[in-house]
Amino acid sequence: MKKRKQIEEKFFRVLMFISTNLIVIILLLIIFSILYKGLPALSWSMISQTPKGGFYFGKEGGILNAIIGSLYLSIGSTLLATAIGLPVALFMNVILVKHKRFIDTIRFFLDLLWGIPSIVYGAFGFTIMIYFGIQTSLLAGIITVTLFIIPIMVRAMDEVLKTVPVGLLETSLSLGSTHSETAFKVFLRQASPGLVTAILLSFGRAIGDAASVLFTTGYTDHIPTSLGQPTATLPLSIFFQLSSPIEEVQERAYASAVVLTVIILVISVLARLYAKRYQKHKINF
Amino acid sequence: MDKGIKILVKDLNLHIGKQHILKNINVAIPEKKITVILGPSGCGKTTLMKSMNRLTDLYPDVKVSGQIYINNEDILHTQMDITILRQKMGLLSQRPYPLPMNIYNNIAYGLRISGRKKKRSLDGRVEHYLKMANLWEEVKDRLRDPASKLSIGQQQRLCLARGLAVDPEIILADEPTSALDPISSQAIEEKFIELKKNYTIVLVTHVLRQAKRIADYVVFMYMGEVVEQGTAEEVFNNPREEKTKNYLKGIFY
Repeated sequence: MKKRKQIEEKFFRVLMFISTNLIVIILLLIIFSILYKGLPALSWSMISQTPKGGFYFGKEGGILNAIIGSLYLSIGSTLLATAIGLPVALFMNVILVKHKRFIDTIRFFLDLLWGIPSIVYGAFGFTIMIYFGIQTSLLAGIITVTLFIIPIMVRAMDEVLKTVPVGLLETSLSLGSTHSETAFKVFLRQASPGLVTAILLSFGRAIGDAASVLFTTGYTDHIPTSLGQPTATLPLSIFFQLSSPIEEVQERAYASAVVLTVIILVISVLARLYAKRYQKHKINF
Repeated sequence: MDKGIKILVKDLNLHIGKQHILKNINVAIPEKKITVILGPSGCGKTTLMKSMNRLTDLYPDVKVSGQIYINNEDILHTQMDITILRQKMGLLSQRPYPLPMNIYNNIAYGLRISGRKKKRSLDGRVEHYLKMANLWEEVKDRLRDPASKLSIGQQQRLCLARGLAVDPEIILADEPTSALDPISSQAIEEKFIELKKNYTIVLVTHVLRQAKRIADYVVFMYMGEVVEQGTAEEVFNNPREEKTKNYLKGIFY
């Protein structure tokens, strides 16, 4: 009997060890292959210039239009989604606590929305644009991507806020705070490291998604100067370059992927440093 | 309402879903005394206490009927602002819940939300209430440190100071020493005896010895009902009910 338990223990330990390493190895392989193929093609002109004529046939130019466009789009939609999503998540966890069935229904629908592929959001955004007669533009992209990341953000924030103990809610209320004071002065602080992670997760989805922006932001070689103009994005830029038959252009696609990865990395690190400032105040229950 | 009665609970019934948690509760809690609500775990004593400052509003499927009078105001059916009502009652929970901010702001929080924002008067009040909870000497040099860095005994005293800072008339304490070591527990108990000069204290506990040490008035609860209530002397020395006698002997079923 004891023998069997030991074998089980051994088996699952090995299984966990293999799975964990597998994940890390796959991640490293992806990064390595992007760097291996992308770094040789990465040059200063690549990230400092917009495409010149014939760029997609291997001529001069860079992807500055897509870098700026992606930053505009993803920062814009992350801000908009936070402005809408954070109050929703707080509302669910501070004010609606008594109505558990209602919260569960909201969670269910958010999970459904989370599961909808981004191309469907793209198509939905496109339909609305046609209805209002809007052309492909940065604004249309921001709105579509916002719709697409809100369920992700709200559920991620919700999971974090759920971990705030009800005792803290009672404490804050018994000091005479209203529910909204409790939400913004207590819950926000207690959960801030996790909330930053939720925002980051959504930012990552926003900057990395190609399908939702395909119909809505369009593509252009220029850097947008207003919300009404079509805008290039990195994922689409990678897609266009990768589908070129010219090898040099394909390599540039990998260079663009390096740029995209570095942007996500830098923003993650910055946001985590910022969250650390509040981490020390978090009470560990 | 009789003079000297601070909280009067009348025919209070509380259901959660189909469960009948509190059954026909009638309790009179005297002013400026320590009233201990005593009883085994799960008898409804915490729920009774939470209904006194309407924290029961937070729980799903809770239905309350009856009246709770505090200063002659029926708080279950009042037009009064619930936040003002709650400020009259400091709450001390089973384990300390410091706010996720520094020590100073933990005390200042309650003061600020009730409109006292002047820096100098805040400083004075923070010091005053930290001293009142016997915490000042230990934290005076690190008021800007996170409250999370304090030991659990210190955190509980911080919570007491924070509760006192909003100027309550009543202190509701829900097994406030159950997570603490004996020395910290003793500190809290001694503080309570000191505080009863100015505050009405309601203490929930299942620890018989603690009740005997500090109670002036005892409410014994069992299975959602008040079995017996009276002065500490009456209940501990001459219990009328069989259930109380058994609990006091420690042979509880």
